[in-house]
Parts: sequence; structure tokens; C-alpha cells
Amino acid sequence: MSGGLKEAVIELREEDALRIADEELQGGTDPLEVVAACREAMDVIGQRFADGQAFIPELIMAGEIMQGITAKLKPYLKADDAGEKLGTVVMCTVQGDIHDIGKDIVVTMLDIAGFNVVDLGVDVPVAKVVETVRENSAQVLGLSGLLTVAFDSMKATVAAIDEAGLHGQVKIMLGGAPVTDAVVAYAGADGWGKDAVAAVELAKSWVGGAS
Amino acid sequence: MTLPDNWNELTPDERLQARLDAWQNIPIEFATPEVAQAYRDRVQLYRDVLDLKKPATVPIAPWIGLLPFRFYGHTGKQAYYDYEIFKEDWFRFHEDTRPDGLGLTLGIVPGKLFDILDYHLYDWPGHGTPDDTCYQYSEQEWMKGDEYDALIQDPGTYWQRTYLPRVFGAMEPFSMLPPWTDLVEIPFTAPFFAGFSAPPVKEMLKKLAEAGDAAMEWLQAAMVADGSVMAGLGIPQTAGGATKAPYDILGDTMRGTRGLMLDKFRQPENVKAAMERLVPQAIDWAVRSNNMTGNPMVFIPIHKGADGFMSDADFKELYWPTFKAVLLGLIEEGLVPWVFVEGSYNERLEVIADEDIPAHRMIWMFDATDMERAKAIVGKRQCIGGNVPAALFAMGTPEEMDAYVKDLLGKTAQDGGFILSSGIVLDEADPASYLAFIEAGRKYGK
Repeated sequence: MSGGLKEAVIELREEDALRIADEELQGGTDPLEVVAACREAMDVIGQRFADGQAFIPELIMAGEIMQGITAKLKPYLKADDAGEKLGTVVMCTVQGDIHDIGKDIVVTMLDIAGFNVVDLGVDVPVAKVVETVRENSAQVLGLSGLLTVAFDSMKATVAAIDEAGLHGQVKIMLGGAPVTDAVVAYAGADGWGKDAVAAVELAKSWVGGAS
Repeated sequence: MTLPDNWNELTPDERLQARLDAWQNIPIEFATPEVAQAYRDRVQLYRDVLDLKKPATVPIAPWIGLLPFRFYGHTGKQAYYDYEIFKEDWFRFHEDTRPDGLGLTLGIVPGKLFDILDYHLYDWPGHGTPDDTCYQYSEQEWMKGDEYDALIQDPGTYWQRTYLPRVFGAMEPFSMLPPWTDLVEIPFTAPFFAGFSAPPVKEMLKKLAEAGDAAMEWLQAAMVADGSVMAGLGIPQTAGGATKAPYDILGDTMRGTRGLMLDKFRQPENVKAAMERLVPQAIDWAVRSNNMTGNPMVFIPIHKGADGFMSDADFKELYWPTFKAVLLGLIEEGLVPWVFVEGSYNERLEVIADEDIPAHRMIWMFDATDMERAKAIVGKRQCIGGNVPAALFAMGTPEEMDAYVKDLLGKTAQDGGFILSSGIVLDEADPASYLAFIEAGRKYGK
């Protein structure tokens, strides 16, 4: 690879990043090298976020660039090129709450980190969450909410996972502005992340891939 | 309030005092002279804290959403659709809990009106969200990324022909009508009005008239709800009008959080120009509503500049300049910006303590911000308040609430300049914790 892609993504130069990705792929660079450069760039941005040097707009812009590059990669990648996934995470905003910004950022970051992510969207009924966790043999369940009404929905969802006998297989993390340790205890969940980077770290630690 | 003839000759300070006097001496018939005195005493608490003096007691002014309805076994849907329940629960809640300020009456919104207007911008109970939740914003790019030029060129026409038809189903036909600014000379009048003969436009006008009636039905209920609390209990309304920060106008309900964050990278100059264009609108909106209510407090909920939502550099360059212009414009008019800072503002305190903003002229209410630092940095120039966490109201014990309020007031309220409030608008709380909040405020706020 002739270089420049990783730097363009890190510096959030969208047009440059997409142009370089195009040039690399058309020039015969192994698409997996392009994927690796992107992942390295995202690691740097994630680290900057964790260090307070980058913020939500930077994560969203980086995610946008990654989506653009992923679309370009598709025709070049073979089905088995996606590589081994770290694990499966089911994500949703809980019943009664339709806020999706935070949840969407976590979905993007988990995806980029190498998880298989099943995104159920917003205002998701408890039964749907249970069914999806079971069907996908998910190791991690992420429940998001911005409103205080979400606390009770989180609690109800965790209770249903318990009742279905799935809590041994799946660990449950919470996220959203009002979430604290007290909310985790109230809902009976296993942990929470204060932001998307923390959520990814938590999920990694639970599937045995802690960095 | 009726502005005196010499209004334009008054200094901002004289205007402020005139507005505060009008608020304190509101021309309503109180239940008893004692209630009238209690009202004036409560307004005095705000006058004192605004002036960074120690009040007789720390004013307790929680942000109240659907909490009263939860207290008495009703749902959000009932609150938004049944105005008898709205009025009764609103009065009963304030009678039972006796805060020093009225909850956010404007936040108990009229469901019937939105049904008529076919409002797409939000979901609400009975219309997209469960019956027992509050209204919730439906996050989308209601303004498209390539529409900045149209907005900047003429916001009014952009709203009329593009934005309103998109967010209100009932207003779609507005897109068929020419801009009102075409109406400048006699020969152009007939071509302009020909558009009103189109059947969809006629249908729209009928619906808008229905909407007007529905809005008036709600407004009358809201006036009774507020009036009964003010006249019967001596509790003043704390929000006399409202406005928003230009960045939030764009980010909350136009470009959306994500859209605006991407615009920052893709078209930063357009974002700045649009915000500058919205400053006079944001000031005028508050001035008109506050003149009507005769109450100088301007409720300004702010969202998208919180810690984590942008870098310090972006806050200073993108968010603050136009918001500051709005604040200065309001203060110039003698109004009191009462800013409700959602989320955390720990990284912003030095910026918002801006010395260009005259001291003792506005109120900063915080949510998840370090209140000791807020007091030290912002509190030396302006009144501050807020901070009692949502989770504590919802899940804390009365003892935990008592301890929290004691600690908070100990850190922030000893020399005045502080308003006790919730960090967020309360839709739910454990009744025992809520009552413990009020009691602790009375106990430690002396």
C-alpha cells in the first residue's frame, strides 16, 4: 500500500480518504490491507476520544468515512474475508424510548472493532430483545436509553432475559446520559459504559478480547 | 406587559427593573392578601438570587414535566389529551408540594393540536410512543444538507415553503404557495392569491383554522392551570418566554445531531452563516413572548454544546459566539436568560463566565456539572442552580436525597445566588424522594 489512507482517516479528510481508498483498490492493493489501515486509524481516533482529544462529531465523521470506504471495499472482498468476529452483540434503545444517536455511535464503534452487531433500533419490546439474543446466541446485550422511563424498561428487559434463562450466556451493558452505577444495580444489568469507547472496551472484556 | 412610551430611552438595567417590578406586581386577583404576599415574596427570592444576594430561603424551582400526572395515577396521554386532568393534577401537585416556581406548563403539550397538524417532528403518547411516556423528538434531517443557501437567504420563506410542509403534514400545501414577500404591488396580487384556490390549499386553511381552535382550547386550560396556582397558592411562573441557542435550533430540529456534526466538517462556513442569520429571530422570539406574559425570565434549554458533543475549540468558535449574541440581545432588552444546561458543562465553565456578559443578569441551571467549580467560576458573576440528578429522584431513598441536597446547598448556596432544582425535566420520581427533595430544600435553604 502506498500509504496516506490511515492518516487521511485519522485527520477526518473525507474526500482524501475516499479517493485514496479508491486508488489503492483500483491499483491492486490487497483489500484486507485497506481494512487494516482503516482499523488502525479508528483505533487512533478511539484512543483520542478516550483521552478527551476527540469528541462525538469526530466519531460520527470517522464512522461516515468508514461507511464510504466499506461500500468501496465490497466488490473486492470475498465472503470469508470479513475474518473472525470477536462475538455477537445485540443492541437496542429500550421500549418507550426512541433516542438513537448514542446507540448508533456504539453500534458503529462495535462494528468497526470487529463485533457482529445486531441492531434492533429504538423502542424495542422486551420479547423481541429476548428472541434476538436467543436466535443469535449473543454474548453481549447493549440497552440504551435517554429518558428516565428507560430505567424501568431496562429492568424489565433484564428480568425477561433472566426468566428466559439467557443471562448465563449473555452479559448486559447499559448506556445513555442518565445511566449510573445505581441504574445498573436497579436494572440488574452487568455494567455500563459512559461513552461508545467505554462500551466497546466493556464488550471486549466480556468476550475475552480485552485490549 | 405594556411597555412605557419612553422604553427605548431606558437603559438595559432600567428595563430589567421595570420588568421585574411588573412580574412581582402581576395584575391578577389573588385568593387572599396572604397569598398575594406569598407570591411577591417568592418573586423577591428570584430577584435576590439574580443579584447574587442571600435570599430569605433558597428558591426551589424544579423542572416539572409529567411528574404531577404520575403522582395521581394518570398517563402522559391523559395529560396531553384530557385538559380537565391537566388542570386538576397541575394544581393539586403544586398545592401538595409547594415549590417556589411553576413547572414547565408549556411542556404539557396539546395532543389534539398535533393530531390535526399531523406533526412529524415528534412522537407522543397515543401517537408513536407508549401512553405513559412524554413526547419524544424523531431524529431526522428535517432540513437537508444542501438547503443552507435557501435558509440563509430568507429564513421566513425557507420555513414557509420547505421546512413547515416537511414537518407538519397539514402544511404540505404551503410549498405550493409563493413567498409572502411577492406581495409588493397591485399587479402581483392576483397571481399570488390564485394559489389559494387550489383544493389542497383550501383544505389546509380549514385545518389550520381547526388547529387554531385546538390551540386556543389548550391555551385556555393552561391559563387556568397556571392562574389557579399563581392566584391560589402564590407560586409564580418562572418561564415568561423561551428561545434557543442558534446552534441548537439547527442541531435539534433542523439538521439533526448527526447532520449538523457532519456539516461541521463538510460545510463549516454555511453552519456559521446560518447561525448568525438566526440570532435576531432567536432574540425577537423571546422579546415578543416575554412582553406578552409580563415575566422577564427567558427559558433557554441548551443541548448540543455539552461536554463530549464538541471540542473546546469548536465550542468557542461554533457554539458560543452566536449564543452569546442572543444572551446579550436579551439582556439589552431587560430580559433574564434562564439557561437550562442539559448534560455536563465542566469543560465550558470558563467560556460561559464570559466577562462581556454583564454580571448579575442571567441564570445558569446545570445538570451533571461539577457544582463546586460552577459556583467558583460562573457563580461569582451570575446566579446558578439545578443539578439534583434524575436517577436520585427516580431511584434514591429519601435519606439519600436529603444528604444530596444538604451537600449541594452547603457547597453552593451559603452566600446566595443559587436556585435549587432538578438536573433534568422530571417526568417521573419516587414520590417519597421528591417530597424529601422539597423538604431538604426548605431545611437546608434557610
